[in-house]
Amino acid sequence: MRSCLVVDDSRVIRKVARRILEDLEFKIEEAADGMEALTACRGQMPDMVLLDWNMPVMNGLDFLKALRQEPGGDKPVVIFCTTENDLDHITQALENGANEYIMKPFDGDIIEAKLAEVGLV
Amino acid sequence: MNKDDIEYLAKIVYDRSGIVLTQEKAYLLESRLAPIARKEGFNSIDDLVSTLRGRADEKMAWQITDAMTTNETFFFRDKTPFDNLKNHVLPELKARKSAGKVRIWCAASSTGQEPYSIAMLLNEEASKYPGLSFEITGTDISNRVVEKAKSGLYSQFEVQRGLPVTSLVKYFDKVDDMWQLKPNIRSQVTFKQGNLQDDFTSLGKFDIIFCRNVLIYFDQPTKAKILERMATMMPDNGYLFLGAAETVMGLTDAFNSSREVRGVYTRQAGWTRAKAA
Ligand SMILES: C[S@@+](CC[C@H](N)C(=O)[O-])C[C@H]1O[C@@H](n2cnc3c(N)ncnc32)[C@H](O)[C@@H]1O
Repeated sequence: MRSCLVVDDSRVIRKVARRILEDLEFKIEEAADGMEALTACRGQMPDMVLLDWNMPVMNGLDFLKALRQEPGGDKPVVIFCTTENDLDHITQALENGANEYIMKPFDGDIIEAKLAEVGLV
Repeated sequence: MNKDDIEYLAKIVYDRSGIVLTQEKAYLLESRLAPIARKEGFNSIDDLVSTLRGRADEKMAWQITDAMTTNETFFFRDKTPFDNLKNHVLPELKARKSAGKVRIWCAASSTGQEPYSIAMLLNEEASKYPGLSFEITGTDISNRVVEKAKSGLYSQFEVQRGLPVTSLVKYFDKVDDMWQLKPNIRSQVTFKQGNLQDDFTSLGKFDIIFCRNVLIYFDQPTKAKILERMATMMPDNGYLFLGAAETVMGLTDAFNSSREVRGVYTRQAGWTRAKAA
């Protein structure tokens, strides 16, 4: 079973994402900010990270930069999932090693379509 | 709505588009015609139907027909056909004709995602085909979707289905809350209103025809007629792409299914309609 770390400061969003991803047969871990997420990744690298941008403590972009420096941190597929929906943010995410990008609001169809783009379904 | 009215409306739609409204699809009539009835000032769909029965109104009949089309589509839908185009069809075509114009037709292009996906793909592949120039035509019976296709404007939801984010960044501009295909991609596709029930041979000859997810709405004789008319517009071994649930089998011998590439059919060399008759 593939693992996905869902990183979002909103419990509601984490729950929605968890439900969609569990239906797609992912095993889910959750983190409420970038720092928690980094700690989780140091414990065990997930196959994929679904990543919010704006979060307290450490935001999504800083987490991504840090993750890609970690040993094995180049492996996880990182999909941003954020309300930031302008070209600048998307470009910055891609330049820093994001694999895909979801603009909120999202639904199951979008998640599934993006997972198909990165070859995870 | 009573059975008579349903049949009456189904005939209006069938006569103009060839779309068969099966009994199960009849429920769609209510939900899709209610807004038209309201907009045209009728109290109910029943009122609309009885007025229409009393006095023929071609404009209204077309509004109803348009409302009963299913325009569902998305970028790089089903993915495989586009991989097949890239990996099999284009290289084969190049071996056959190394220079000149390649004409591609999307015969039910809806809101444009299919022809624009082809245009983006061709843009990526262009350097492999220096001698060839590509021309894409998109047609659909519904003026509403043709106009939207021409605009090249898509919602955030639409650009997130089937389109890799790298392509979004490369080929789209953000316009307020919408995303618009850049002019260089838009200018590669010409959209026109066009009914597959009519004689569409005046569109000219095509090397490749995409006719996906539209034959499913027609009955067998209509499918056969359309396919054979398309065959007359293609060179020997021209390529026909059908939707995942569609086939030429049992309809016409104008096309062969290609051995290695599923969903792609080639025009039978030397086929003529007379021979089939
Ligand atoms: C489901 S969409 C398919 C769009 C695209 N080819 C795809 O596969 O994603 C079907 C389209 O066929 C169009 N259509 C239905 N009847 C037609 C007809 N008689 N002539 C031309 N287009 C027709 C509808 O308006 C609708 O946009």
